[in-house]
Amino acid sequence: MEKKIRILVAKPGLDGHDRGAKVVAQALRDAGMEVIYTGLHQTIDQIISTAIQEDVDAIGLSIMSGAHLPICEKLTKKMKEKKIDDIMVVVGGVIPKRDIHPLQKMGIEGIFPGGTPFDESIKWIKEHVKPRF
Amino acid sequence: MGVAKYVKNEKDEVQDVILQSGIRIKPLYTQKDLEEVGFDSEKDLALPGEYPFTRGIHSLGYRSREWTTRQYTGFGTPKETNERFQLMISHGQTGLNVAFDLPTQMGLDSDDPLAEGEVGRVGMAVDSLRDFEVAFRDIPLDRIGVGLTINAVASIMLAMFQAAAERFGYSKDRISATPQNDILKEMIGRGAWIFPVKPAVRLIGDTIEYSMKELPRTNPVSVCGYHIRESGCSPVQEIAYAFQIANTYIEEVLRRGCAIDDFVRGFTFNLNVFGNLWEQVAKFRAARKLWAKNLRERYGAKDKRSLLLRGIFGGGGYGMTKAQPENNIIRGAYYALAAALGGAQTTALCSFDEAYTIPTPRAALLSLRTFQILMEEIGLRDTVDPLAGSYFIETLTKQMEEKIVEEMKRVDEIGGMIKAVETGYVQREVAKQAYDFEKGVQRGDLIKVGVNKYTEGEEMEVELHEYRWESAEEQIQRIREVKRERDNRKVFQLLKDLEEAAREDKNVMPYLLECCKAYATLGEMTKVFKDVYGEFKEPSIF
Repeated sequence: MEKKIRILVAKPGLDGHDRGAKVVAQALRDAGMEVIYTGLHQTIDQIISTAIQEDVDAIGLSIMSGAHLPICEKLTKKMKEKKIDDIMVVVGGVIPKRDIHPLQKMGIEGIFPGGTPFDESIKWIKEHVKPRF
Repeated sequence: MGVAKYVKNEKDEVQDVILQSGIRIKPLYTQKDLEEVGFDSEKDLALPGEYPFTRGIHSLGYRSREWTTRQYTGFGTPKETNERFQLMISHGQTGLNVAFDLPTQMGLDSDDPLAEGEVGRVGMAVDSLRDFEVAFRDIPLDRIGVGLTINAVASIMLAMFQAAAERFGYSKDRISATPQNDILKEMIGRGAWIFPVKPAVRLIGDTIEYSMKELPRTNPVSVCGYHIRESGCSPVQEIAYAFQIANTYIEEVLRRGCAIDDFVRGFTFNLNVFGNLWEQVAKFRAARKLWAKNLRERYGAKDKRSLLLRGIFGGGGYGMTKAQPENNIIRGAYYALAAALGGAQTTALCSFDEAYTIPTPRAALLSLRTFQILMEEIGLRDTVDPLAGSYFIETLTKQMEEKIVEEMKRVDEIGGMIKAVETGYVQREVAKQAYDFEKGVQRGDLIKVGVNKYTEGEEMEVELHEYRWESAEEQIQRIREVKRERDNRKVFQLLKDLEEAAREDKNVMPYLLECCKAYATLGEMTKVFKDVYGEFKEPSIF
């Protein structure tokens, strides 16, 4: 049997708007992935330790407050330190166009601003994330 | 429930309309429909200002008083926010509605490591009374009511507001604050919770009881169906859940031996305006009636003032789109119309650029002008409840009422709202509908102009509010100054007194007031509560 993609949907920081995270979690599950949802108010360290514990293939961050740049920077840096930067990071939420390039520079390629159709983000994840063993 | 649907045939005729609340709309309504739903104009309508208040809580509606306008405002430092308050007031705004940044909403000081990157970002940063002294400088607090959009730490912020007002020379019986103070909805949507359900509800009880005795013009709680709807529920559930939340707070205060007629008139509601126009108007009319019935029949309220559903009807955030943002100006105008036809006492609108970030002054002023045009140019003040007696609106109002009652029963069967939230029942219900709704929009069941239809044309570029990183540094500087200048020994003692009061289940408000006056910080007071009460654990809903 083909191994399913395991993805951690995470809500980093203080923002509590989780409609998007919960909707995407349901869509990814319906698309055949194994989804773990962190719940709210997660620190970067908590997200990293859950990702390691759950042995996920990807981390999907949902950020609505506008603090995506500092949060993503911290996360990618810590992932390198912990040597888990082979886990793919994707990000969704309120992401203005001008921030896409800075995010790419941190190595984040899967960027899905609010309103991205499910099909599009699911297709991208299936093409770019391979289940690790 | 959950997804609105428009079914058309190949000739583009509308074949079927199903509202988000699950009600099917007919192409034609007549007297017969009113008979079928058992409409009784004496019992269901009466006159405006009379029980059951379907037609409004004032006999003359907007003729006697126009609505209060309160755009959600706040960013960066208290000084920047004060300037924006002054701007809005100078353009005719009649109330304030303060936006706090996330660290403040979560009870963290600006120098807390967890606050990094968030200080002053989505609202104003507040750490101590010093900040309120700057934020409300030169605001006539005896004339301008102040909404404080804060929940988990609303008790602290209400005490801080009283302390600031007194420092400016306003006595406590002249100030009118409306802290949002609705923690159960934070646990369902929005997510700015800290303490577990029961102590969090206790704190709300403390603010209500305290306001009843000490702050006669303050509305200690604004129950928010608004954010639950933003999170995905239907308009029917928005009202049903809001009422069951309000009932939970009522029971918390009754438990203390207070009489319903002594405190419930301080309750207000915050309700949403996006979606089908008729459905929203019928929702507001049905809600007014059911609230009056709820108070009279469930709690035996006798004072007429206890029965009135007063509210801020506005926002419309989830209806606004990131695509073609200028379309949101038009949407906002129609949403404001829904609020006016629904008889709102107070209103606010999400601005057209808010799908991106907090609004620029230009966008915020456009929202304010939208209200002014409605009230002063096109005739919304002419006569009270202009849609009354319409076959369609009265039928729909009855149908909405019936569905709200059914939904309230479901929560009763679970054992009330505290249980429904602790077990994740409401969160699950809301998340499932949010998903169904999103699928509906992506399938095209529901048209969103610029999103799934008429997407052609060049992308609209809008000017956006820029976050100023220096605000955080300035704020951290200020907190250091405050801690240097205050009497630290006194603060330490007052925090100990607060802790003891919290442990002994005393009303904490007088203790918070003393702490605030001595410039204890928000983070210090919150820490006391965290030590005593612990923290909320979200139920897993997947």
